[in-house]
Amino acid sequence: MQESTANKVAAYATSSFTEHLQRERPELLPFTRALPTGAAVTAPLQVPHATTIVAMGYAGGVLMAGDRRATMGNVIASRHIEKVFPADRFSVLGIAGTAGIAIDLTRLFQVELEHYEKIEGTLLSLEGKANRLGAMIRGNLPLAMQGLAVVPLFAGFDTGANAGRLFSYDVTGGRYEEHEHHTVGSGSVFARGALKKLWRPNLTAAEALAVAVEALYDAADDDSATGGPDTVRQLWPVVYTVDSTGTRRVPDEELGAAARAVIEARTIAGREA
Amino acid sequence: MTQQFYVSPEQLMKDRADFARKGIARGRSVVVISCGEGIALVAENPSPSLHKIGEIYDKIAFAAVGKYNEFESLRQAGVRYADVRGYSYDREDVTARGLASVYAQSLGAVFTTEQKPFEVELAVAEVGASQEGDHLYRLTFDGSIADEHRFVVMGGQADKVSAAIEDGWRTSLTLAEAVRLAMGGLVRPAAGAAEPAGAAAPLPAGALEVAVLDRHSEATRGARRAFRRLNDADIAALLT
Repeated sequence: MQESTANKVAAYATSSFTEHLQRERPELLPFTRALPTGAAVTAPLQVPHATTIVAMGYAGGVLMAGDRRATMGNVIASRHIEKVFPADRFSVLGIAGTAGIAIDLTRLFQVELEHYEKIEGTLLSLEGKANRLGAMIRGNLPLAMQGLAVVPLFAGFDTGANAGRLFSYDVTGGRYEEHEHHTVGSGSVFARGALKKLWRPNLTAAEALAVAVEALYDAADDDSATGGPDTVRQLWPVVYTVDSTGTRRVPDEELGAAARAVIEARTIAGREA
Repeated sequence: MTQQFYVSPEQLMKDRADFARKGIARGRSVVVISCGEGIALVAENPSPSLHKIGEIYDKIAFAAVGKYNEFESLRQAGVRYADVRGYSYDREDVTARGLASVYAQSLGAVFTTEQKPFEVELAVAEVGASQEGDHLYRLTFDGSIADEHRFVVMGGQADKVSAAIEDGWRTSLTLAEAVRLAMGGLVRPAAGAAEPAGAAAPLPAGALEVAVLDRHSEATRGARRAFRRLNDADIAALLT
């Protein structure tokens, strides 16, 4: 059957950058290459892994924080890596897992959202953004099966509902809405334990920042793949907040003060565990 | 079997060009004007949703006159081109020159090979760090490309509008002055055609589509993307 011109035009009318790449330039997608089968089963690839991300709601928004360490086996691959990124004006995402693929995936997701906005002239809904991210993670499933998994955490401000919302994912692209707070990555269990005690409803943004820094401190305390605040190199976690005015990267001065406060309190307490 | 008449290539091209020009001349005008604070894009457009002006990339905007379906498909193609390029190289590597040259090639190909040429005229604008760094390209239906300075006027009464803006253009224009100048240009020929001069009523904010490429968007708004669409209230505030 011959396709009519109108059908063809309609089929090609996509607002998705990923779909466009799949059609025109599939080699540019981060997840189209399949590894030789069986390679990862015998010897896991030695590639940098990004670790702990924490996110939580506070009065009027959401906050996401990530430590600065990437590990490759027992080696610290990077002390400076950034794992939390603004996705667009009203959302942020943090990534845990294979750093190389995760960072490319983040870039793709950022372009995807901006592309939609430019083609359609309007922002994608928060649910729509969360679903698109899920589809991308599912696209990475073949690589995840071979040990190159990427697990994101997505947070955004829902301008319709006027509230901050949190979404977690599994490697198959399953999307789950989280309430109050959530963590991903190797140190996530320890960070989650800390959040359970430190988080309470209606925190202010400043209190939420202190809670996030302390939760990451606890994760770094027990997980070797998570980096704590580095007072020698002046390296602090990367923290973004999202509220009705948009995303904001918390400046280093505020982070340094929050990290020093945690270290000081722990030093005074002088406890062993 | 029907015998095809011989038509000389000159005649063929002339007919196509006349056809395209007629289509474009029916449309309302668009003005792209460089000023101190950036580049202002002003179009006479009563529709609040069917835009003639669009964002292509961080520092690049697009303006068009003519048939909506044709320039809209070109706009989308431009956004795709820019996003693919920025994604595969780097955001810095997307330039108005590259985009304009792709547009020129597409328009040229359509003009010579398709049943009918595109009845559109495009402007591609890129805002620079200083006014000397601004780039304005004007593309016509046959794929001709012109590197313009100061301002570009396209559409129906381009010559008259252009003359009006030529008179008022200065290097040190502010954004408000640039928009006012563009509006003055847009209103003058319309009034002159319909009634005696002097009775020109300014266009209401609702009949205008205005956008701006902010020169210092990083400093003023903390945004890499310089493109900003002004709503009716913004336009009214700018003009008072």
